[in-house]
Amino acid sequence: MALELPDNVVITKLDEMVSWCRKNSLWPMPFATACCGIELMATGASRHDLARFGAEVFRFSPRQCDLLIVAGRVVMKMLPVLQRIWQQMHEPKWCISMGACASTGGVFDTYSVVQGIDRFIPVDMYVPGCPPRPEQLIQAIIDLQAKIQREGTMYGREFTRPERQLPSRALRQ
Amino acid sequence: MPLERILPSGDLAQDEPQEYLWTMNFGPQHPATHTTLRLVLKLDGERVVDAMPDIGYLHSGFEKLAEHLDYNQYVTVTDRMNYVSPMANNVAWHMAVEKLMGIEVPPRCQYLRVIVAELSRISDHLVCNGAVGLDTGAFTYFLYAFNPREKLYDIFEALCGARFTNSYTRVGGLTGDASPEAIAMIREVIRELPKTFGDMERLLDRNKIFVDRTKGIGVLTKEEAINRGASGPVARASGVTRDLRKDEPYLSYADFDFQVCCATAGDCYARYLVRMAEMRESLKIVAQAIENLPEGPVSIGIRDRASLPPKGMVYSTIEGLITHFEVLMTNRGFEVPCEEIYSATEAPNGELGFYLVGDGSSRAYRARCRPPSFLHFALFPHLIRGHMLSDVVAVLGSLNVIAAELDR
Amino acid sequence: MDAMPTRTTSELKRAFPTAEISEFRGQVRAAVPVSSIGDCLRFLKEQLGFDMLVDLTCVDYLAYRGATSRFGLVYLLLSVDRGERLVVRTFVDDPQPAVPSAVPLWQAADWLEREVWDLFGIRFEGHPDLRRIVLPEQFTAHPLRKDYPLQGRGERHNFPVITRAEG
Repeated sequence: MALELPDNVVITKLDEMVSWCRKNSLWPMPFATACCGIELMATGASRHDLARFGAEVFRFSPRQCDLLIVAGRVVMKMLPVLQRIWQQMHEPKWCISMGACASTGGVFDTYSVVQGIDRFIPVDMYVPGCPPRPEQLIQAIIDLQAKIQREGTMYGREFTRPERQLPSRALRQ
Repeated sequence: MPLERILPSGDLAQDEPQEYLWTMNFGPQHPATHTTLRLVLKLDGERVVDAMPDIGYLHSGFEKLAEHLDYNQYVTVTDRMNYVSPMANNVAWHMAVEKLMGIEVPPRCQYLRVIVAELSRISDHLVCNGAVGLDTGAFTYFLYAFNPREKLYDIFEALCGARFTNSYTRVGGLTGDASPEAIAMIREVIRELPKTFGDMERLLDRNKIFVDRTKGIGVLTKEEAINRGASGPVARASGVTRDLRKDEPYLSYADFDFQVCCATAGDCYARYLVRMAEMRESLKIVAQAIENLPEGPVSIGIRDRASLPPKGMVYSTIEGLITHFEVLMTNRGFEVPCEEIYSATEAPNGELGFYLVGDGSSRAYRARCRPPSFLHFALFPHLIRGHMLSDVVAVLGSLNVIAAELDR
Repeated sequence: MDAMPTRTTSELKRAFPTAEISEFRGQVRAAVPVSSIGDCLRFLKEQLGFDMLVDLTCVDYLAYRGATSRFGLVYLLLSVDRGERLVVRTFVDDPQPAVPSAVPLWQAADWLEREVWDLFGIRFEGHPDLRRIVLPEQFTAHPLRKDYPLQGRGERHNFPVITRAEG
């Protein structure tokens, strides 16, 4: 005998509901070092309005954030700062590497620029472009939301799966 | 602890015991530093006794890279130097290169370069003043300042295809001529921007909180400004009546009628006012340039084997194809004298110059950039001594320090 | 090319006979031996009114055709009232290249000299605080020297890796 449900009751898995909550209230930590930072500001400003995707609450304290957006090149002197900030953020947390410099070093194949932050910290989403247009960053956030919805679990088990333990290019090579 | 023991300069009297002072780290990741500046502040309660700036958190080896890229390639890197006004850097870089090679660009190119340089001055000052407003608590003002920038981006996109990192100039010319659509967009912006400026001025000029937080804060005297190498709006707000567009007219600045905006107070508020006034003057220059835009080519053509021929010519004529090859081949390239030259422009932030050493090859032997932000940030400890901790952000914002230009 | 004699160049030549004056595209340059650079800068500031140090930089002439010295220091001076510019150059050599500091004359020289020390390794004697400025303290090389490779010597890869598990 089928159970009659009223229209305003939805049955779902708890994991999915938690992920749904998480993905729609990402609080970004803008680690804006260079040019991409200006585009990050433009993404938050009136025309592109990141608030439409629930990720407009920029907080400059890593303790309050769950999405690290690394916008711009990271150099030798800055990398320890970046790693410290990543470690200070609470789980569950994600990282977007915005722009060519953060992802690969970009045009700056020089003595002091780190050739991609994914050598030293985990990265979930890469945004190409130098700098990426605001629309690209918004697309990355939408993709990240889909990823959170797809594999998110209430206790963050997705982070402890073996393949997620290989975060960096350095280890994969 | 008696405050009168602090000297007028802000320094502590020497006989004062200093154990109670405490040290605070500010940056490199802090909302008011905008990018990657770091300050170590020595505080007496909330009063800043001393500040030790620590830079280099964005040192990416620009000058080393300049020695490995040719004169056309390096323009992409200058975009990323002062990324708030990339066009001004493009113009400064290729002006230096052309001065070294002894090339005079055609009038239409000069006018277009003036237009883009002035538009980028407006976009730079919008960010700077918007950020000062943001840091002193006026978030709405920041949105008002940021919105017209999108229109300027649209113009740049119509001119060169890129919205942000433009690389619009080339040795001896530009990547392309301005299309009629782009010119129509510029005319529209000339009509619309005064309204934005009016809005901004009404929001902040007489806002009590803003005036209280900036007036009399971070005063720089004229003598100090000269001795410490300040330039641009920072120097002009202190009464140095120097503007390279007037004093050493480059491109076609001598053709235009505009005022040099100065103030005498030398505080954060004066720097804010100078920037606001300069935007209106820049708009005047753009309006004159667009009305009198000369006809003709935007590049010197293929005669000196210095500028790249247009793509249509490369594909359809033998001269174009050969010139294209010769400019791009590593063993041919540009003909550069074995000489050294310094060329300066009035960038939005101040005097942006390049000291170029040519060695006959198509790459610079040494390309030193004279960054205005570097000298302005060095002023910071001098400006902040004796003020309160909350004034740090106001002073920092009014200097408009761009980390990528600071560290290179 | 010989420069047109101006008041600046003739006065400079009278006070420092060893100075070599040249001109390129309207820019007047004076090459001064390193032994008299301190006095020369003081003379230019105090007697000839060059009250602003626009820039101070260095060129490594290691691979430059016809160069006799390793490093060339470049002082770009400006007289704000007259609007006159002057480029003063001096040359120093390995080992232990050093010049007197210009900080007592122009405060602007403070950071500029620290930058030259950091990137080229030239000592400025009498500088109040000659530390590295843009590179980390533990960095050992001077990267803008011509014998230092563009990609560095692996300093940029020398960091611990943080994984998700440690995170």
